[in-house]
Amino acid sequence: MKLFDEPIEFAAQPGIGAPVWAGRAADGEDLLRFAIAVHRAGGRIAALWGEDARPAAGCFRLDCAFGINEGHAWVSLELPAAAVACPVYPDLAGIFPAANRMQRATRDLVGIATDGGDQRPWLRHGGWPEDWYPLRHDSAHEVGVGVGFPNLPSDYAFVQVGGEGAHEIPVGPIHAGIIEPGHFRFSVIGERVLRLEERLGYQHKGVERRLAGADFATGARLVGRVSGDSTCAYAWAYAMALEAACGVAPPPRALMLRAIMLERERVANHLGDLGALGNDAAFAFGLTQFMRLKEDWLRLNAELFGHRFMMDRIVPGGVAGDLDPAALRRMVDQCEVIGREVKALRAIYDEHPGLQDRFLTTGAISADLARELSMTGMAARATGLLLGGRCYRQGYTPPPPFDRLGVRPITDERGDVAARVAVRFDEVFESLRLLKEIAVAMPGGELRGEIAPVPGGAGLGIVEGWRGETIVGVRVGADGRLARVHPHDPSWQAWLALEHAVMNDIVPDFPLINKSFNLSYSGVDL
Amino acid sequence: MIPLLKRILRTGILTEPPAAADIGPQGEIKRLSDETLAILGRALTIREVDAGSCNGCELEIHALNNAYYNLEGRGIKFVASPRHADMLLVTGPVTKNMENALRIAYDCTPDPKLVVAVGDCGCGCGEVGALFNENYATCGPVDNVVAVDVRVPGCPPTPLALMQGILTAVKRR
Repeated sequence: MKLFDEPIEFAAQPGIGAPVWAGRAADGEDLLRFAIAVHRAGGRIAALWGEDARPAAGCFRLDCAFGINEGHAWVSLELPAAAVACPVYPDLAGIFPAANRMQRATRDLVGIATDGGDQRPWLRHGGWPEDWYPLRHDSAHEVGVGVGFPNLPSDYAFVQVGGEGAHEIPVGPIHAGIIEPGHFRFSVIGERVLRLEERLGYQHKGVERRLAGADFATGARLVGRVSGDSTCAYAWAYAMALEAACGVAPPPRALMLRAIMLERERVANHLGDLGALGNDAAFAFGLTQFMRLKEDWLRLNAELFGHRFMMDRIVPGGVAGDLDPAALRRMVDQCEVIGREVKALRAIYDEHPGLQDRFLTTGAISADLARELSMTGMAARATGLLLGGRCYRQGYTPPPPFDRLGVRPITDERGDVAARVAVRFDEVFESLRLLKEIAVAMPGGELRGEIAPVPGGAGLGIVEGWRGETIVGVRVGADGRLARVHPHDPSWQAWLALEHAVMNDIVPDFPLINKSFNLSYSGVDL
Repeated sequence: MIPLLKRILRTGILTEPPAAADIGPQGEIKRLSDETLAILGRALTIREVDAGSCNGCELEIHALNNAYYNLEGRGIKFVASPRHADMLLVTGPVTKNMENALRIAYDCTPDPKLVVAVGDCGCGCGEVGALFNENYATCGPVDNVVAVDVRVPGCPPTPLALMQGILTAVKRR
């Protein structure tokens, strides 16, 4: 089939995962035209990555996933290997600004580059040579190679802001709190932020290199540790991609258990963030109250699943572990208690003038900006965009089990910190409702199906995690092991939104704005 | 204001009270507090450095300050600068891109200083530690970069394990 009347021929991805249509662009021109068509239709770039496919196909490959109304269009572009040392493809950042950093990361890792635009390195800070690409097969493939490179920190060309009284505040990579490392360069006049430029990559630990050549089970453990707070979303997206690649459908009970874990992960993170947001507005009461609720929640996770964050419980083919009726009853009982508590705390938050003064109008972004930056997830919905993989919308059917759960879409039009707080509150209530609904509708049956590797198989998995669209692309090699796995975090796009959200606010509001997004560093640095 | 005060009163003090038993969270919290205070007088300050984790360890380090564990209420406090710290609590694996920052933080921490490596990656142990061993982007476990006094394994370690690790480091000095 065709999409947007463009020449690329698409085929629907088989299986019961998120709706994906995969196709091959004949050349860079086709890809560029398709990207423009997606943009014109209000779509977005969902992920972009590269692969050294010389052993299997004699070429390099660029993969782009675009978010369209009906689901995702996955376009591959083959780049001839022989012609030049660093094959090029058209720069998509002019159409989708969010492509910029993904393209630069792809160059650093695979050695395929855009034909123009921003050529600054992104992940490579000087720890390995410029002409050495970790994901190339001739860069020797066993883990441990490249250990001997000298670590020579390189300069980074931040965009400078000039003028009377303008100055810079550099922050990081180590931040004041207990959070992940990254560098923020503020250009300010007095207290007012004129510009923020992020430099990330400090968490880069070569996850994709570790994934290359791994077996399916090892891959699950690695992908489950791309971003610890989203381990269930990643593990599910990886499983979904592999199940599509190998033609396997997980049993219905496993799908429901995955949904339970995903919603429990969402609630845990929202509870923690709602507390931290209170704290960043000097309302320590909020932190104390929400952190106690989160601890209660995590302790039940440990009892029900044997792990406080449910790591390694979603596996390719199904789930590892079951919940008996007594466990489900305990879960429902806890949902009732937590629901009551959060409702009472919401009333306190809503009626606290000091807190609302900090939340309202702070760190605002518009729906148009969110769309231009290809945002997804909670922060995008807080601008009024009706996005989200779990909910029905005109032309889109969510994948099982969400097709039968009727998830209520939650949005807020304001786009500020207050809106992101409101969306979090509403999503907590909606997830609690879903958990209670799932508990009474649990299907019986198997927990896990066999998954046999299909050499050459490919799949794309998309899961609506608590932050947003969590994507994993997988290609299986001729040896039945993982040839290429690319995990994509929704933070790639949302980090750009943060740069805009902080503009014209004051420096002391940055921690609050930052926390209202709470983006992943490890998820984008990989 | 009244609903807020009512909620505080209704919540009460949740910090798990000292218990006679040596097992279980309560016993550990009590022992940690007593021994730490005996050695350090009134306070221990910790600078947490994430040198490459997946943020799983950070979630549990956050939990140390919730009302149940109430680490700060017992005189153990996280500080913003390594210059104010007695201890570095480091998660890993240490990435090459964080190697220099970690060394600088270590050098800025006044002597005598303690270093606690957190998590299977930071300690270089277990199945997960092996998955995140040295490669082109990673220096491996924390003690490949700075001297480590105590290791707290786990993926991620529980808040209780973290407390035990902190105590062990203090005792060792």
